[in-house]
Amino acid sequence: MFDIGLWREIFQSINKNRTRSLLSGFTVTFAIMLFAVLFGMANGLNNTFSEAFVDDAANAIFIRSGTTTKAYKGMQAGRRIQFKNEDFQYIKTDYDDDIEFITSRIYKNVAASFRNEKNNYSLRAVHPDHQYLEKTQVYQGRYINQRDMDLKTKVAVIGKLVKEDLFLNVDPIGKYINLSGIPYKVIGVFSDEGGDNEERLLYMPLSTAQQIYGNNDYVDQINLTYKPELDFNQAIDFGLDLEKNLKERFTVAASDQRAVRVFNMAMQNKGITQMTSVLGILILVIGLGTLIAGIVGISNIMIFIVKERTKEIGIRKALGASPKSIISIIIIESVVITTIAGYFGLLLGVGILEWAEPVLKTYFIKDPAVSTSLVVSATITLIGAGILAGYVPAKKASKIKPIVALRDD
Amino acid sequence: MLEIKQLHKSYAIGDSSLHVLKGIDLSVAQGEMVAIMGSSGSGKSTLLNIIGMLDEADGGDYILDEVPIKNLTEKKAAIYRNKFLGFIFQSFNLINYKNALENVALPLYYQGLKRKERQEKARFHLEKVGLLDWQTHLPSELSGGQKQRVAIARALASDPKLLLADEPTGALDTTTSYDIMAFLQQLNDEGKTILIVTHEEDIAAMCKRIVRLRDGIIMEDKKVTQVRAEAHV
Repeated sequence: MFDIGLWREIFQSINKNRTRSLLSGFTVTFAIMLFAVLFGMANGLNNTFSEAFVDDAANAIFIRSGTTTKAYKGMQAGRRIQFKNEDFQYIKTDYDDDIEFITSRIYKNVAASFRNEKNNYSLRAVHPDHQYLEKTQVYQGRYINQRDMDLKTKVAVIGKLVKEDLFLNVDPIGKYINLSGIPYKVIGVFSDEGGDNEERLLYMPLSTAQQIYGNNDYVDQINLTYKPELDFNQAIDFGLDLEKNLKERFTVAASDQRAVRVFNMAMQNKGITQMTSVLGILILVIGLGTLIAGIVGISNIMIFIVKERTKEIGIRKALGASPKSIISIIIIESVVITTIAGYFGLLLGVGILEWAEPVLKTYFIKDPAVSTSLVVSATITLIGAGILAGYVPAKKASKIKPIVALRDD
Repeated sequence: MLEIKQLHKSYAIGDSSLHVLKGIDLSVAQGEMVAIMGSSGSGKSTLLNIIGMLDEADGGDYILDEVPIKNLTEKKAAIYRNKFLGFIFQSFNLINYKNALENVALPLYYQGLKRKERQEKARFHLEKVGLLDWQTHLPSELSGGQKQRVAIARALASDPKLLLADEPTGALDTTTSYDIMAFLQQLNDEGKTILIVTHEEDIAAMCKRIVRLRDGIIMEDKKVTQVRAEAHV
């Protein structure tokens, strides 16, 4: 029901009582402004955290080896632990239920050249799963696959910056890149959100690297992601269990910190997620609290308005206004004031965030934006708040008896 | 047109109750101009409020234009008030932030008329009370007599069967009072039924019939020869 007359009545009433309407809207403006600023800041903090981990999968576990620092079971300290393919297989089969992707890694530094262009790069020899672990985005050609692994093909996937450095304007797919004297066929080009360093890399099949560099089955590092279904506690338990078993496998003391190192993202993420959710709850509580204060404020002023307009409402009733029309006039007036005031607050809040963004950046608050969904939900909340604030006064108004209102005192 | 039989009304005051109307019988025909007189506490305002459907009787019958007025919901009462009745008050009761035209148009808004129609009708009635040139003025910019004229125009706007005036000249000086009365007489001449509550003898004498109330009953009900107000202006 859109009744233009009703709206005319409401806007006339608001307009004729500007100070009063302004005052009652102020609390809501302030509440929403505060809420928007707080919400934006929390969002900014969240953005900072998630950006720190955007490079790699959030559910990753990295396993590295080193030298033992403690004598254990007759073994001396200072022994070097070397992972091999069999260790990779062991983890892969024993923890098959918990693992999503798994890869080994070998690091090498290579001097690469194509035609006249030369440069030094880091090389990673990996399993095909590595693509998902590192969130590598192949935008040209393809990544390493199982066939490359089986046949030990001499192929390479090159980073976007490697392509720019060496290939200039030439399409690198199918061309041969010379890596420390051996030609490899380029099968793909990738980009990575991790930044320039991650795009100045080359990938090749693990099996190929093992044959060419040393003809052994050594691996430098094993990376894996656990199944996303695992919650934080399960993931942490999984990581601890893995560490314990690997230490036993290599006869390393459980308290040895350097021989086998399992770095579990879940440990870090748990803390951050807990912190951000607590922060979110805190902001919601503060925001809702302020909003409720705003609603109570509007409601109070609306009650006062109804009191002040008792006579007018009495006149309207004597002239034939139904209780329903009185209720809708008060509630809609309340909704209009709340919504306009709220939007003004939202605008102010966003403006403050925009203005303060350069300052906030130094405090690890990045992109403190307020999303569209927030604006939509804020609108719904504001309309709800207006109805809530207007309801009691409107009921009061509808109960006004014209004879009482019109009595001449 | 208006038929009242054995009307009773009492108000609770603490534990006891005050019997204000003790069986009123009154019938008013189309085209009459009736003055209801009485000292304060005689029940004349209560009677007018019941006739105006602003209050409800405890017992007795009230029939207005062949419609029995009983057990009304607030919504129904609002519709009847709008359709049957026009109110004129001692203190005018105009809405202070609406101009003269908007005030007159208000009952038409509650009738559900379109804006254009409302304004047209409101203008017609403002012209009738001679205030068309003042249509954009707020009540605060009008004199007492002009305010009462706007109020009369508003009461007429919905074309009611019955005009109810509660001390319409109570807040006006004598000259203006007679001016207003002259206008009400003119409306009556045109066929409107008018009920006026007053305690001023000279105003009552300008009606065609005087009903005197005392302690909740009708003491006297007589037709009088109308004194024309124009003669005194």
